[in-house]
Amino acid sequence: MNPLAGLQKIGSVFIAFLEAAGKLTTFMVSGISHAVRPPFYPRIILHQMMDIGYYSLPVVGLTAVFAGMVLALQSYTGFARFSAEGAIANVVVLSITRELGPVLAGLMVAGRIGASLAAEIGTMRVTEQIDALTTLSTNPMKYLVAPRLIAGITMFPLLVLVADIIGVFGGYMVAVYKLGFNPSNYLQNTWNFLTFEDVTSGLVKAAVFGFIVTLMGCYHGYNSRGGAQGVGTATTNAVVSACILILSFDYILTEMFFAK
Amino acid sequence: MNATSSTNPKISLSGVKKAFGRKVVLDGVNLDVAPGESVVVIGGSGTGKSVMLKSILGILRPDSGSIKVDGEEVTRMGASERERINNKFGMLFQGAALFDSLPVWENVAFGILAEKRVNRVEAKEIAIQKLSQVGLISDVADLFPAELSGGMQKRVGLARAICADPEIIFFDEPTTGLDPIMADVINDLIVKVTREVGATALSITHDMASARKIANRVAMLYHGKIIWAGPVADIDHSDNEYVDQFIHGRAEGPIKMAVRA
Ligand SMILES: Nc1ncnc2c1ncn2[C@@H]1O[C@H](COP(=O)(O)OP(=O)(O)OP(=O)(O)O)[C@@H](O)[C@H]1O
Ligand SMILES: [Mg+2]
Repeated sequence: MNPLAGLQKIGSVFIAFLEAAGKLTTFMVSGISHAVRPPFYPRIILHQMMDIGYYSLPVVGLTAVFAGMVLALQSYTGFARFSAEGAIANVVVLSITRELGPVLAGLMVAGRIGASLAAEIGTMRVTEQIDALTTLSTNPMKYLVAPRLIAGITMFPLLVLVADIIGVFGGYMVAVYKLGFNPSNYLQNTWNFLTFEDVTSGLVKAAVFGFIVTLMGCYHGYNSRGGAQGVGTATTNAVVSACILILSFDYILTEMFFAK
Repeated sequence: MNATSSTNPKISLSGVKKAFGRKVVLDGVNLDVAPGESVVVIGGSGTGKSVMLKSILGILRPDSGSIKVDGEEVTRMGASERERINNKFGMLFQGAALFDSLPVWENVAFGILAEKRVNRVEAKEIAIQKLSQVGLISDVADLFPAELSGGMQKRVGLARAICADPEIIFFDEPTTGLDPIMADVINDLIVKVTREVGATALSITHDMASARKIANRVAMLYHGKIIWAGPVADIDHSDNEYVDQFIHGRAEGPIKMAVRA
């Protein structure tokens, strides 16, 4: 292969990347600008909030309770070697509120909501329902995308707050009923170590993840092409990209909050 | 009423080109539609009739050429201006494109609800009335699109297209998939909407009986261009062998289908 052809290939991949990034940015800016300007669609926003918030509770709750339980058990086996069992409550509550609550809830809901948004909007795209919206005095960005972004940004923090409580409760159950900790001591330890910032940082992360999940679902659905197969691809891409973005933004946000 | 009349055209296409990748679909389309006129576009399957309608609606962006609606150039319009123009249009999509998350009546009343012209109770009444115009009983109003037959979906799409009394209506194959009697009911409805309400209509059809009934003027699209346009009375003596072959549905003639025997 001649060297220029190689360069050309790298160049075209790079251009394609820039193009995709530009397209996503435009989509994001347009989505946000529609989300903050009237008219709003309260009916749809409410419906989406129910779907994203309420119906995700079982998934998020189960994830959180097991995460809390495993955390207590694992840290016990680890800390017992240094006779530092007292730190378990501390480890559980910090890990849950700062990291595991937002990240695990985010990943689980990315699977649930990211996929369903991409499939729903993707189907609307390939069956021309999105085109039909534009002929009926309705902007699809405003009608479809903005309400979902709003629901994602507002409901994720609530979900994560629930996940925090359930997760800490899971850790408490294992510590008290299996490992024989004193219940009031454990709770005391949990409460004493917890700072306001631990919780709020987790909730800010949650809002960002909610935005990421709904944005990816809408974006990939909105730009899907070519029938059932295209919708399938959009769904996969929505979930995969949301998960990767959640993990990378988790690092970025952690660094912003705690690395001073 | 024809395009040579002195009134300004409601819709005017000149030199509209659209290609998908290397495939040229529209190759310089010129077409004027006068206010209140009903134009039917005929042409073989896959010649770009639907693409032409979508280009006028701004769903697809033509590569070059000019499209004017009420004298305003729409091809380079921004989003908000485009919305204002689109308020003039009603469109029946070839595949109906009903919103499957909404019941039938909300589909029909979607436009008037979006414009906040009426409340939901009034909207439902209007929707039921429009549904009766396309031969659907009020029981259908609360069903979901997935519960309807193909022909019923098409008629709901039609009711939705005319519900907001638009100035311009596009019908993409309004009678395809309907039985002959229902097709004629729909033809009458289209005639009524255009003649009585004075809407401008641009329709696509393969159904020549329907074309003869609803059209003032017929235009034929072939190889990306309008190769013939004239009053509907002239289509039987158009002196155009393409048109002749098409309206008589003959396999032999200048239009070659890419099939192997
Ligand atoms: N979004 C698109 N992307 C790529 N090609 C397209 C797209 N839309 C249409 N085409 C192509 O453009 C051509 C014209 O399509 P169009 O839907 O306008 O046909 P038509 O004249 O309406 O046919 P029919 O009578 O069968 O509905 C087809 O060959 C089709 O493959
Ligand atoms: Mg078509």
